[in-house]
Amino acid sequence: MLQQLEAPDHVTEGKIGSMAAPVSMRQEASPAIPSAVRVERIYRHRLPVRISHWLNVPCLFILIMSGLQIFNAHPALYWGDRSDRDKPLLSIRPMRTESGEVKGITTILGHQFDTTGVLGYSNNSGRAFPAWATVPSTRWLAMGRQWHLFFAWVFVINGLLFAAYAVISRHVKRDLLPTGRDLRQIGQAVKDHIALHHPKGEEAKRYNVLQKIAYLGVIFGLAPLIVLTGLTMSPTIDTAFPWLLTIFGGRQAARTIHFIACFSFVGFIVIHLSQVILTGFFNNMRSMVTGWFIVKHEHEGVQS
Amino acid sequence: MKHERAMKRRQFLKGTLGAASLVALAGCDNLTQSSWFPGILNKAEKLTDLVQRAITPTTALAKEYSEADISSIFPANGNTDPSTQTYVERAGQNFEAWEVKIDGLVRTPISFSLAALKEMPARTQITRHDCVEGWSAIGKWTGVPLGDLMHKVQPLPNAKYAVFHCADVDDEGIAYYESMAVQDLYHPQTILAYELNGDPLDIPHGAPLRLRFERQLGYKQAKYVERIELVESLAGIRGGKGGYWEDQGYEWYAGI
Repeated sequence: MLQQLEAPDHVTEGKIGSMAAPVSMRQEASPAIPSAVRVERIYRHRLPVRISHWLNVPCLFILIMSGLQIFNAHPALYWGDRSDRDKPLLSIRPMRTESGEVKGITTILGHQFDTTGVLGYSNNSGRAFPAWATVPSTRWLAMGRQWHLFFAWVFVINGLLFAAYAVISRHVKRDLLPTGRDLRQIGQAVKDHIALHHPKGEEAKRYNVLQKIAYLGVIFGLAPLIVLTGLTMSPTIDTAFPWLLTIFGGRQAARTIHFIACFSFVGFIVIHLSQVILTGFFNNMRSMVTGWFIVKHEHEGVQS
Repeated sequence: MKHERAMKRRQFLKGTLGAASLVALAGCDNLTQSSWFPGILNKAEKLTDLVQRAITPTTALAKEYSEADISSIFPANGNTDPSTQTYVERAGQNFEAWEVKIDGLVRTPISFSLAALKEMPARTQITRHDCVEGWSAIGKWTGVPLGDLMHKVQPLPNAKYAVFHCADVDDEGIAYYESMAVQDLYHPQTILAYELNGDPLDIPHGAPLRLRFERQLGYKQAKYVERIELVESLAGIRGGKGGYWEDQGYEWYAGI
């Protein structure tokens, strides 16, 4: 099932942007791949994209984990403008059972789940998210806020610069907007992804439709959403832009959406990293570090 | 063969990613404890202060809610009873002897009795209180606009901050205090409140007088206010950071 691209150390270097000489693959390594494979090096990611991408790595890591630290200070979510403590949508708290034992109980819409060891109670301490998931690891709201608000600025400035670059350089139009053909093939793309069949050869040179939708959704959907809901929690910003409270349904609703958006980011990162690994970790890493991506053509002469 | 190798590689990568995140976490903790890094993180506060002030009109009002929006229970946080001897005595006399002194860099220092404050024109506002912990509560506050008091005492041109000295002390005997920029004293919703939801303030919520500074977080809303001192600099006052929580690492600019 897994037709993974071989690590690039089997590949002889071709000239930039042109075809390399065919390389014989070792039979025992991959009987499925034909013996003649052409290798092409393409310049996939331009410098601004790479810088922006790598700035996002520490930003998201720190924003997520310092965000969980902040959440731990009041581990419950609500809808509307105020926190009615008897009506949380979600709460993650330590609770003492009748036998005197302390358990971590996660309550979602009134349904209780025992999450001892991870949520609510971990390492003999009552805390919503465990020490390994928060920055700082100890309970320290003031410092969590300092980390969060500093990296929020880095994330926002980086995001604005990237968005401006992506629009002006036509990166959005050329590489990210799905074409009509893309959209017609969406069903097939979903099937291929579920079967872990990844595009190869000419098709691997550009983003597939699901990639495009995911990247566009994150860049122009999820990222602005998480920033705006974060800002809606600011009493000063609410004074300047009261419509933020209206569109998100209140400050506590904005906090809930911010939390959901955070875990959407976590979901995106998990899928993104798995895809990076499944489609050739070293090739992908090289392309995001140096810009150069290697594409293999299995049938010589068919593509140009 | 290929599958096994691929699996091993994948496991190796997963292990590497896990280890990398643990190292990164430990690194964050080291930076947090270092002498220099928190100072860099703290630069964000100045930027936030600058940008938020630039984009927020000075007269813009915090959202005011309707009676129906008022929280049935308004949580009381921090010190909920000063319980010092003087405070207990004054509470026993219904705070009749309570005065708030406004002094420091002002032309005319004045002590206002509680009764005098209650006779002045009042403002009532139903606003949202946002705690730094993350929760919000809505309450109806009545009190005297601080701007009116400032017109009486007339701050000197070099007065930059108003320091609110409070009657409460924590378990270790450290007194609560807060401060705000002088320009924010003149915001129409900045009031010295003596009523919550139509009743005189109770002790947990700051009786007899507390600050309402609606565009910033809960810890700025000093309770049990007994003196307002106008100063040029916050350095030299207690921890020097402008507030009880600020001295413990929270931002002085609490607009977010």
